[in-house]
Amino acid sequence: MTAIQKSNTPSAEVVKLDQVEGESLWRSSIKRLLSNRLALLGLAIIFIFLLVAIFADVIAPKSFRQQVLVDNNAAPQWVIDLFPTMIARDDGGYVKISDDYILGADSLGRDLFSRLVYGARISLLVAFIGPLVALIVGVSVGLIAGYFGGTIDNTIMRITDIMYAFPTLLLIILLMSFFRPSSGQLEQGTIAYQLNQLDASTGGMLFIFVGIGLTSWMQMARLTRGQVLSVRENEYVMAARSIGTPTYSIMARHILPNILGPIIVAETLMIPRYISYEAFLSFIGLGVNPPTPSWGAMISEGSTVIRDYPNQALFPALTLFFIMFAFNFLGDGLRDAFDPRMRGS
Amino acid sequence: MGQYLVRRIFWMLLVLTVVSVVTFTLMRLVPGGPFNSERGVPAPIQANLERRYNLDAPLVEQYLDYIGGIVVPRVTGGDFRRSAQEDYMVNIELPFGEEGLALRWMNFGPSLTSRSRTVTSIIKDNLPVSMTLGIAALVVGITIGVPLGVMAGLKPNTAYDYTGMGVAILGVSVPAIILGPVLQYVFAVELGWFPVTGWGDVDQIVLPAFALGFAESALIARLTRASLMQVLREDYIRTARAKGLSERIVIGVHALKNAMIPVVTILGPLAAALLTGTFVIEIIFGIPGLGKFFITSISNRDYTVIMGTVLLYASFLVIANLLVDLSYALLDPRIRFN
Repeated sequence: MTAIQKSNTPSAEVVKLDQVEGESLWRSSIKRLLSNRLALLGLAIIFIFLLVAIFADVIAPKSFRQQVLVDNNAAPQWVIDLFPTMIARDDGGYVKISDDYILGADSLGRDLFSRLVYGARISLLVAFIGPLVALIVGVSVGLIAGYFGGTIDNTIMRITDIMYAFPTLLLIILLMSFFRPSSGQLEQGTIAYQLNQLDASTGGMLFIFVGIGLTSWMQMARLTRGQVLSVRENEYVMAARSIGTPTYSIMARHILPNILGPIIVAETLMIPRYISYEAFLSFIGLGVNPPTPSWGAMISEGSTVIRDYPNQALFPALTLFFIMFAFNFLGDGLRDAFDPRMRGS
Repeated sequence: MGQYLVRRIFWMLLVLTVVSVVTFTLMRLVPGGPFNSERGVPAPIQANLERRYNLDAPLVEQYLDYIGGIVVPRVTGGDFRRSAQEDYMVNIELPFGEEGLALRWMNFGPSLTSRSRTVTSIIKDNLPVSMTLGIAALVVGITIGVPLGVMAGLKPNTAYDYTGMGVAILGVSVPAIILGPVLQYVFAVELGWFPVTGWGDVDQIVLPAFALGFAESALIARLTRASLMQVLREDYIRTARAKGLSERIVIGVHALKNAMIPVVTILGPLAAALLTGTFVIEIIFGIPGLGKFFITSISNRDYTVIMGTVLLYASFLVIANLLVDLSYALLDPRIRFN
C-alpha cells in the first residue's frame, strides 16, 4: 500500500506496474532503521566524531604535542567548579587556573581538549579498519569454506577454530610486542625495519590496525560460512549454476547479497569492541607511541592523578563512552532493522 | 558423554599446544632479550647468563625443556632442596622412602628478570588476588544482571523493560577502562565511601569488583531478557499455567531454569572479558594481581613469565569454555553430547 501511495504523485495518474513492486528487504530495513530514533542519535554522534576527526587540525585550538610546562595540570575555572575536590590556588588549594585550556592541561602542560580531538582519529580509524579486515578476509574465507564444502571447508574451519580458541587479547598483546621491539634493535634495510619506520611515522597506529585486523576476521569467517551453508542449496543458486554462471559470479552476485544483512549487523556490533581494544592497548602502553594522543592512553595517564586532577581521566573516559554508546545504538538499530524478530535481544 | 569429553579434552590440549608454540615462537622472534638493558651487558656476562638459563640451546630443545618441566611430574627427595617448593606448583609429600619423597608437578621455571623469584611463586602469590577480583566481579554481574533481565523479560515494553534495557546498553558501553576512573572519582575521592586504591580489606574490593562486573551485568541482563521472553511462549509454560501452578512456580522453576541456558553459554566469553578487565582494573586500583606481571614481562622479554602467564590464562579460558558446555547437560536434560 505504501508503495502505491508514494508513487501516486500528482503528475502520474496511472500507476504503472513497475512502480507497485514490493519493497525490497533492503529498502524496508533502511526504513525501519530511519524510524529508530536511538539508532539515528547514534549515527549523528558518529557523524559528529567523524567530522571532528577529519577536521582535527582546524578544530583543535592548540597542538597535541606542545608542552607548556608552566601550565602543567592547569584547569579552567568551570572545571574547578565542576569537581568540588579541586581547589584553586587562590583559595588555598593547589590547582593552577588557566582559562586558556577548555578542559585543562595534562601533567606535561598539553591541552586536553586538543588531545581529545586528535584522539578521535585513532578510535574512528580502528572502528573502520577492524570491520574492513574482517569483511575482506573473514567473508572471503567463510565464502570459500561454505561454498566448496568438503575438505576445503574442513581444513579452513579447523584452522579458524584453533585461531578462534586462542584468547584474542593475548594474541593481540603478543603480536604488538612482536611488532614493536625496543628501538635500535633492528638492522636497517630489513622489512621489519621498514615496517617499523612506517609504524613510527603513523604514531604507532599501523601495528594496532594489523594486530586488531589479524584477530578480527575469525568470527566473521564462521558467521559467513554458516550463512552460506543455509543459502547455497536454494533454487536460485542451482538455477545460476545450471545456466553456467561462473563460480566467482555465483558467490559475488547470488550468495553474497543474500547474506550481507547478518554480516553487517554482526560487524557493527563488533565495532565497540575494536574501539575498546585500542583503548585497552594504549592503556597498558602497547598502543600508540607518545605523544600521539589516544583516549585509552589519556585515561591511563589521568587515572594516576585522579585524586588531584579528576578532569584528566574523566573527560577522555566520557568521550570514549560517547563513541561506544553511539556504535552500540547503531548496531542495535541495524539488528532490529534487518531482523525484527531479534528485537531487544 | 564419555566420548564427547575425551574429544573435547583432546581438542583443548591441541589448542593449548598451539598457544604455547605460537607464544614461544613470537616471543623468541622478537629482537631483544631479558638481559638486554639500556647500558648493555658485557658480552661474556651475557653469554654466561644465557648459558645459565639454557637460552643458548637450540630453540626446539628449549621449548621441549620448558614444556616438559610443566607437564612431566617428578619424584624428588623430600629435603632435596627447600626451594623446590617454590619451583613447583604441586608438591605432594609421599609417605614412603627413608628421606621422604615428594611428587612434584608443574615447574614454570625461574623468572629471568627478577632473579630471586620463580614463575611458580609469582603465580602462587598473585593469582589468588586476580581470581578473587574476577569472582567478585562475576558475582556482581550475576546479581545485577539476572534480576534486571527477568524484570524486563516478564513485562516487555513497559517502564520496567525500558529501565532494565537502558541500564544494559549503558553497561555495554562502559568497559572497565571507563567505569574504573569514574567510580574511583565519585565514590572514593568525592564521597569518600571507599578507599581510592589498595587491596586487602573488604571495602577495597567493592569498587573494582563493581567496575568490572557492571559491563558483565549488562550482557547477562540482555540475554536473560531475550531468552526468558522466548521461553515464556513455550508450550510447557502454558501447560504449567493450565494445570494451576502458582505464577511463582511457573516463573521460578519452569521458565527461569530453561531461560538460564543461553545465559550460561555466555559465561565462557565473560570469563575472557573479565580477564582483560582485570589487567586494567589492577592498574587503576593498584591491585597486586597477576595482570601487571603479564604486561611487564612482555616488555621485559621475561620469557618464562610470558609463557607461564599466557599458558595459565589460556588454560583458564579453555577450561571455562568446557565447563560451560558441560553445564548445558545439567540445565537441560534434552541436550545430549554427540
